[in-house]
Amino acid sequence: MSKLEQFLRSRFAAALAAVLVGFAVSAVVLAAAGFNPIASFAALFNGAFGKPKYIANVIIKATPILLTGVSVSFAFKTGLFNIGAEGQYILGTVLATIVGVKLNLPMPLQVPIVLLSGILGGAALGAFVGWLKAHFGIHEVITSIMCNWISFYLCNYVVMSDTFHKPNSTSALPVSPSSYTMILGNWKKSEAGTEFLAGIPWLREILLKTDLNYGFIIGILVAILISFVLTRTKLGYELRAVGFNRDAARFSGISVEKNIVLSMLIAGGICGLAGALTITGISPHTITLLAAMESYGFNGMSVAFIAACSPIGCIPSSILFASLIYGGMTVQQVMGAPSDIINIMIGTIVFFTALPGITPLLANMVARRRKERENIRVSKDGTPLPEKEV
Amino acid sequence: MIDTKMTRRAFVGTMGTAAALTLAACGGGSSSTDDGAAADGGEATADANVKIEMVTDTGGVNDQSFNQLAWAGMQQLSADNGWEVSYIESKQDADYMTNLDKAVDDGSALVWGIGFAMGEAVNTAAEQNPDVQFALIDGTNDNGSANLTGVLFKAQEPSFAVGYIAARMSTAGKVGFVGGMTSETIQAFEYGFYAGIEYANKEQGTAVTYVGQYAESFGDAAKGKSIAQKMIADGCDVLYHAAGGTGVGMLEACNEAGVWSIGVDQDQAVLFPEYETIITSALKKVDEAVVNVSNGIIDGSIAGGDNIVLGAAEDAVGIAPTHDLLPDDIYQAALDVLDKIKSGEIVVPETKDALDAFVAAL
Repeated sequence: MSKLEQFLRSRFAAALAAVLVGFAVSAVVLAAAGFNPIASFAALFNGAFGKPKYIANVIIKATPILLTGVSVSFAFKTGLFNIGAEGQYILGTVLATIVGVKLNLPMPLQVPIVLLSGILGGAALGAFVGWLKAHFGIHEVITSIMCNWISFYLCNYVVMSDTFHKPNSTSALPVSPSSYTMILGNWKKSEAGTEFLAGIPWLREILLKTDLNYGFIIGILVAILISFVLTRTKLGYELRAVGFNRDAARFSGISVEKNIVLSMLIAGGICGLAGALTITGISPHTITLLAAMESYGFNGMSVAFIAACSPIGCIPSSILFASLIYGGMTVQQVMGAPSDIINIMIGTIVFFTALPGITPLLANMVARRRKERENIRVSKDGTPLPEKEV
Repeated sequence: MIDTKMTRRAFVGTMGTAAALTLAACGGGSSSTDDGAAADGGEATADANVKIEMVTDTGGVNDQSFNQLAWAGMQQLSADNGWEVSYIESKQDADYMTNLDKAVDDGSALVWGIGFAMGEAVNTAAEQNPDVQFALIDGTNDNGSANLTGVLFKAQEPSFAVGYIAARMSTAGKVGFVGGMTSETIQAFEYGFYAGIEYANKEQGTAVTYVGQYAESFGDAAKGKSIAQKMIADGCDVLYHAAGGTGVGMLEACNEAGVWSIGVDQDQAVLFPEYETIITSALKKVDEAVVNVSNGIIDGSIAGGDNIVLGAAEDAVGIAPTHDLLPDDIYQAALDVLDKIKSGEIVVPETKDALDAFVAAL
């Protein structure tokens, strides 16, 4: 195998080429719409990485889609398509808000309880979908899409209920401050904090102007944990076995029903955690009346498929996706491009990033040409060369 | 864990590409331009360096309502004064803070937040950035920041005028109101509307009654339609709404049933020519407010730190110029009513209690 061929067959090349092609095609789209693509991309990267606080915001925006991405990846590895990530996420935000508003315990108790209620909300919804699939054979795509709407309207119901509605607003009451998970949340606003931060402008910007929180760290831990469970434990083996071939799994003594429910329960729980972390981590620390799905779950599906459904791969792909979304706002601001064009641009980049098959095709072409050359050499020498592995 | 390693490398590759492209872009000499100001950049030089930006709420800049009107005002500022203007659309509530932050970073002298959903975020941003002026449509300066101007509209005043029209146009003697979400802002529309009906009843010796219902949503056209159909079935023959996208469903229901409807915020007869029964609209001239308040803040005549309440006296509210479906005498009478509001002869109630007092005093 030649060096070029080897390089083309690596996944590094695949990702690199995909991103390059994505940008090239979206450059054409931008140019066709009358916007300078070079200036647009400059605005995009400047908007996502131009300042320390922008990077912090990218990380904040990556947190929920990292977790929903891990959830979708996990379910996919076990043979299930969790299109209900959106609804499980919403239910996570709703339950975290309900518990966070009603309880006001010391922080070391409050934060775990609020997060746990979010996890329970998502897990319950996921398990319900899994149960319908396991016992009645109803496809999880259908039931979980329906559950998305149930969560959606439940959220709006809770926002407008007398107990939780914040008067003269479109949102519910915010959760008790003891539920907050921002990094140095109290210290940064204290006198000592502001004094200390005055000396370090970049840190001051990050801490005071963004809601940088522990969510992304938790997200990374969850991604590692899920990857470990899938590949290194008996549970993961069983779950994947059910995903690969249900009949074979049943034949070898694995309970298919139990594992389908369990898989959706875990997937739902991860989405619920994503929702709860949004409530505890970023302002306004509450749920608001939804006019349309906020797409945290659907973006998680993109994140998962960019990462080829590897839970660990979701970490970089969520950062990529979040930087496109967040940087895209700057393209609008600087270039005056309408949201539709920005969305087409993001969509094009993601579309090609999720196409890993381009470079292996190129590698095949290189291989074919080399073979042709070798054939010619054989005929010149008159002696056949030993066949090489391609 | 080979998978993992590869993906991480793939990520480094991605970022490398990103960096390379950024460099390429810088080399190409990118300059931030703006579609609104670009055309006028040449002619107006006096204030050419003034930059103002606006952040929309989740409705987006083409919401056919206040966001769109605000952007129209911004574009007019760009045309008149040669200012650089631009906007950022918020897709989620979580975007408000980060978008306001970006508008500040861009060197804006004034940042507008549009819509009362943004109130809290704009108040926080004003505290964080004392050097930048902020202004807020449909929201108030809650914390006394010296650099924040809240802009409110006396929505009850144009509602009063269209209530007067509704009462005069109703032959069945019953009219309806469809509200978005129950809040003081929307109730001002409702009570102003009822007061206008009562005023017409007194003047004309009629006994037009009214019903009101809230959809608890600004974006649910289907719900607006079903509420309107119910009201029409109950005998209402003129309907008014203050319900954003929900109200569009009401306009549709009225069109289908052939009963009169009244639009809100913009001249909705022009906006929705497919609905042929829109007799008038209660206007909230957000565009003019953006122009006037921006000019005031930039030239220093508005210092910031206060709330500005705009009404008929400031010409910031009114009724739509389109009146093809209205008899001339009713249209003229409605304009006279507006003049009386302007002069202070009529003080329009905006709460339930004020409405009751108003009716009692008629």
